[in-house]
Amino acid sequence: MKTYTNPVYPYRRPEELDSPGPKRPVVIIGAGPVGLAAAIDFGQRGIPVVVLDEDRTVSVGSRAICYAKRALEILDRLGCGQRVVDKGIGWNVGKVFLRDELVYRFDLLPEPGHRRPAFVNLQQYWFEEFLVERANEVNGIDLRWASKVVGVTPHPDGVDVRVATPDGEYTLACDWLVVCDGSRSPVRQMLGLEAEGQVFRDRFLIADIHMKSDFPTERWFWFDPPFHRNQSALLHRQADDVWRIDFQLGWDADPEEEKKPERIMPRLRAMLGDTADFEIEWASVYTFQCRRMQRFRHGRVIFAGDAAHVVSPFGARGANSGIQDTDNLAWKLELVMSGRAPDRLLDTYDVERTYAADENILNSTRSTDFITPKSGVSRTFRNAVLSLAKKYAFARRLVNSGRLSVPAILSDSPLNTPDRDPDFARGPGAMIPGSPAADAPVVGPAGDWLLDYLGGSFTLLGFGEAVGPFGVASLARDRIPCKVVQVDGKPAAGATTIDDTQGLAVQRYDAWPGTVYLFRPDQHVCARWREFDLPSVRAAIARATGNV
Amino acid sequence: MAALNTEPNLSSPDDFYERLIATHRGLSDEDSALVNAKLVLLLANHIGDAGILAQAMAAARDGVATESRGESP
Repeated sequence: MKTYTNPVYPYRRPEELDSPGPKRPVVIIGAGPVGLAAAIDFGQRGIPVVVLDEDRTVSVGSRAICYAKRALEILDRLGCGQRVVDKGIGWNVGKVFLRDELVYRFDLLPEPGHRRPAFVNLQQYWFEEFLVERANEVNGIDLRWASKVVGVTPHPDGVDVRVATPDGEYTLACDWLVVCDGSRSPVRQMLGLEAEGQVFRDRFLIADIHMKSDFPTERWFWFDPPFHRNQSALLHRQADDVWRIDFQLGWDADPEEEKKPERIMPRLRAMLGDTADFEIEWASVYTFQCRRMQRFRHGRVIFAGDAAHVVSPFGARGANSGIQDTDNLAWKLELVMSGRAPDRLLDTYDVERTYAADENILNSTRSTDFITPKSGVSRTFRNAVLSLAKKYAFARRLVNSGRLSVPAILSDSPLNTPDRDPDFARGPGAMIPGSPAADAPVVGPAGDWLLDYLGGSFTLLGFGEAVGPFGVASLARDRIPCKVVQVDGKPAAGATTIDDTQGLAVQRYDAWPGTVYLFRPDQHVCARWREFDLPSVRAAIARATGNV
Repeated sequence: MAALNTEPNLSSPDDFYERLIATHRGLSDEDSALVNAKLVLLLANHIGDAGILAQAMAAARDGVATESRGESP
């Protein structure tokens, strides 16, 4: 590749080859986006982790390129969001064409007042490289490259992991094993577990090209374009003047033939014209799958990311949901490991993330059914929608070139305390229990955005002088501490005070003076009240940690 | 939930039927299928009510063999 050279990370001979090492609290298998996010989260919580990866570098090829707002917000908490945003290409607008005519335009973030855009496009290798850099800054993260897992033996009180290195094999014992080894998940197979679902009968060519162009930074999707008749195509900008182009090929295409430059070039020439100046960086031919494991938790072995669930790529719901898996898992495992929450809290990881996976699979399956109709009548309706969409607004809403990743609202989670006060807004966008926190611009000591103040630990957000100094001090001293952040009003001793200078926090949280919101360490709302009451907050924290 | 109206509701049934057939005049089966699909979508949007649409789909499917070729619904 012209624009990127894969780093080669150092392999160090592990001490366990010479003598059995100590039992590790957490071992993570796979140093992809999901495994690395998990490692940083555990490291930031002071839990030492060993990360095992079979090769010595980041992703070969750009692979996952669209990182969604929620994933970026999680990376902000992990200390590497800005790196990704600075290098990546932010975008909010998507356009859908039928032949050469624009039929539909969508803006995924139509309102200002959010730190992060709807999406940042960045090649997976850059993304992983930044996460590796961040992991190396955090204490207690032992990244072991050239370490291939060849056996996994679960026990009631831990897991033995057999690791092959260039110098031989050794066994690593751990309390908890987090498996992030991707869609083919060798570990899943070693344990005889399956991910069930469907494979779509279609093939797609991905070509990354290097090209200087003033094309807008938008997602462009074509049905039946003049340069690639009867199929679809997608154009996306990435960092370093690299452009991602997807060509739908159909099920009968020969994947080996289609990967050859002499087959790819005419397709690109037809699209970009005879005079365009570009070079192919990387190309791959792939098929889609939508499937998931029945359960993501198997005792002390916990699956996350593509190892647990796979979706077709058109909604950018793969890596983004995997990062949300680890966001959901890390705080729960920390509480269980430290004895402050019962083991069953980890079952809620399974409940919440299988729910999210099902939502992703549903959306992804619907998009794929639209892009790759499975029957004649399905194709007829698809074409009918596209033909009506040119003229009629209602049909544009039916055009489905991918429903792009948004976080699941965990409204049915057993960790939520249902609203007691009936007057909270409940419509779309409302911060009902289970919602990931909405961002808003603020002025305060630790950053310019509301999300800078939420997460990591439990956080109580009080509007106005909702929580007095006694409440603040009491919550800080609890076994599961809760910090208090106060929006506007006279500062209460011990609370962090921020100003909602544009009034957007008040608006987005439907807040009155006195309203309080309780956030989990992963920035999801788990309870809210119109008035602060210490026993109620404590009860809600107990509920959110499986302690009741 | 509102019920699908299956009582006579067309002011001039024969005129409607003639127009429906005429809409397809001169079309290949494939193009007719497209026109029908567009018609379904236009009418579905006009009706809007998901419950009514579900009843209409069920009524349309009723009595049509379930073991016919192709994908299950």
